[in-house]
Amino acid sequence: MNEQEILRTELRWALIVAGAVGIIVAVIVVSSAAMVLHPPSNVETIDPTTLHLEGEFVENNLGSVENPDGTITARILATQFMFVPRCVVVPAGRRVTFRLTSPDVIHGMLIDGTNVNTMVMPGYVAQVNTTFPEPGDRFVPCHEYCGLGHGGMWSMIRVVPESEWKPDADGRMSCEFPY
Amino acid sequence: MNSPTSRLVRAHLWVAFAAFAVAALMGAAQMLVRSELTAPAERPETYFISVTAHGTLMAYVLPTLFIMGFGYFVAVTALNRELPSMKAAWIAYWIAVVGIAMAAVTVFLGKATVLYTFYPPLTGSVFYYLGLVLVVVGSWIWCVQMLLAMRNWKREHPGVPVPLAMFATVANAVLWLWTTVGVAAELLFQVIPAALGWKQTIDVGLSRTLFSWTLHAIVYFWLIPAYIAFYTMLPQAAGGRLYSDTMGRLAFILFLLYSLPVGMHHLFMDPEHGSGFKFLQMMLTSLVTVPTLLTIFTITASLEIAGRLRGGTGLFGWIKKLPWDRPMVLAGGLAFVMLGFGGFGGLINMSYGMNAMVHNTSWVTAHFHLIFGGSVVIMYFAIAYEIWPKLTGRPAWSVRPLRYQIWLWFIGTMTMTLPWHLLGLFGQPRRVSTFDYSFPQIAWWGPWTMMSVAGGAIMFLSAFYFVWNLAKVFRGEPRTDIHMTYALAVHPPHRLPAALNGFALWNWLVLFLMVIAYAYPILQFFIIDAPPAMIHRA
Ligand code: HEM
Ligand SMILES: [Cu+2]
Ligand SMILES: [Cu+2]
Repeated sequence: MNEQEILRTELRWALIVAGAVGIIVAVIVVSSAAMVLHPPSNVETIDPTTLHLEGEFVENNLGSVENPDGTITARILATQFMFVPRCVVVPAGRRVTFRLTSPDVIHGMLIDGTNVNTMVMPGYVAQVNTTFPEPGDRFVPCHEYCGLGHGGMWSMIRVVPESEWKPDADGRMSCEFPY
Repeated sequence: MNSPTSRLVRAHLWVAFAAFAVAALMGAAQMLVRSELTAPAERPETYFISVTAHGTLMAYVLPTLFIMGFGYFVAVTALNRELPSMKAAWIAYWIAVVGIAMAAVTVFLGKATVLYTFYPPLTGSVFYYLGLVLVVVGSWIWCVQMLLAMRNWKREHPGVPVPLAMFATVANAVLWLWTTVGVAAELLFQVIPAALGWKQTIDVGLSRTLFSWTLHAIVYFWLIPAYIAFYTMLPQAAGGRLYSDTMGRLAFILFLLYSLPVGMHHLFMDPEHGSGFKFLQMMLTSLVTVPTLLTIFTITASLEIAGRLRGGTGLFGWIKKLPWDRPMVLAGGLAFVMLGFGGFGGLINMSYGMNAMVHNTSWVTAHFHLIFGGSVVIMYFAIAYEIWPKLTGRPAWSVRPLRYQIWLWFIGTMTMTLPWHLLGLFGQPRRVSTFDYSFPQIAWWGPWTMMSVAGGAIMFLSAFYFVWNLAKVFRGEPRTDIHMTYALAVHPPHRLPAALNGFALWNWLVLFLMVIAYAYPILQFFIIDAPPAMIHRA
């Protein structure tokens, strides 16, 4: 084997590598653009020390509420070691916007069987959108270590059929954590 | 290798492997706690103390001490000259050892149950962080030694290419200096003042961003010894030659360039960054695959040379002819298999969209146990087996126990990580001590966790087998020839452009990339003025 020959094989491989990387990048770009898979990136700040006193995360404003345009907003507070509220009910087939923040340490939230996944950080509002096609109960664990009680930090999203979505006069509906 | 250096190298490796053995025992216990079986002392406190210790020992102590020891070995054997300063090397060693002891005792006393990523505002005892800082300081002294060793050698050999093994080791030292800047800034300016009680609040967006600076590149710091073995030891052990020395240099340079400006892929699911920089760093992340793909080609070609020299013919016939009974060759082959599986999983992690399915689930833990615990650590074993006779002057009386141990590690890793990946995909969160398997949605997880328990137990056996092998098997007839020979290239380079024989140019390029990738994401915290979080003492 002379050096020219080695160089030729290497250049050929470099082309293959460039092609492979090109394909990987293309798949990622197309999938994130076409499937609108945007991770939570709204860079919205909020003061964690006054959450319970004022603003959208005061206790009676938490949970799911129907907006005038028919979409749903669900506000959840992730605290050591509980999501408030522990059960959130939403109708299937409608666009749901989750808004979360934390008054204490870093938490995480994912909804099993969906693409909903975000870090929940004190000082920031995390916002994720999704639509649940099917009714059913989905479990929602905290997925970032937040202290010794972390493992017990579970809540639930109850997706109900449109016919069972019966909000009150303020557009709100709640549910009981069944476990 | 002369005996003072040998003592230095062995002192480092024994600390690394002792930490490894202790942590392996804890890993196996953690698996049991997570499973549907009940383990003794199944309490969150014990579990999280154990996970903090396991993560710290496996991620910070094992690789750092191993890399330092191996680096000294390479510097002396590849350059054929003494270390710049034995005294500084021993001082660095003791600084690191004191740091390890300090951090470990603090964790075991339950004073710093913050996990090895210590995300504030959760904080633990300052002694944990100070211990880690000491380990890093020790490793910085090592970096300086590696840089000086190369500089001194180049002065004596003007124009001569630095041997590839040393070039790669220095690449890793340079990479490590860059890597530790992020976490050092986080610890010194944010976490330690908070742990000391000097500050009551902390900017968590900034601290996560600084930690992400370190979090990806550190993985390549751990990985590079495995690649050094692929390029400079594996072809030799297989009885062949390295296909291309230049390609090796290029791969190590690319690791240095592209493992740093990509750490924000750990923050894809974070609310404190906009999608622009996440997207940019994801694109840069895809380039990290390049050096690995180049390596696969060069190493396969090198092994093919060996296989054909040994009489192999046909398209794949040479594979059969390779000396698979040699630990280095066996470990190399198995490491490639695990890298193959793991690389595929890695593509999912780095993808901006798909990451949402797996972020912070067991998938991630399974992924790094496969790549780091599996591929990288199996190469640490192979390196130790390769250099131990050079250190002690005594070869193994049989390679069979070495081979068995390597097979066990591979089997254990695969058995443990495959079901773990699966559960992660279905939403099993990581870092949870026990699951309620009577919960209807997760009842089916039970049997899969049992498979992971079995895999973990096999890995644990293999870990102790490894330590036993080092202590008991290298008792063959003493040898006087303890010269270390690194793989020779088919065409060894005679002259190289300065860029392939040093790092000055590449440091400027790293700086440039880091400014592009991280300047705004870090500065934004001083612009947007996010309200800080209150410190919570764990
Ligand atoms: C005997 C073999 C091993 C077993 C059975 C094992 C098992 C485990 C378990 C059960 C966890 C906790 C996962 C969780 O709660 O999410 C864990 C975490 C971890 N392991 Fe291992 N492991 C082993 C070997 C290794 C090796 C060889 C490494 C690296 C060199 C390693 C690095 C880590 C790290 C960095 C963590 C993360 C800790 C955290 O999430 O804070 N492990 N391991
Ligand atoms: Cu949590
Ligand atoms: Cu990474």
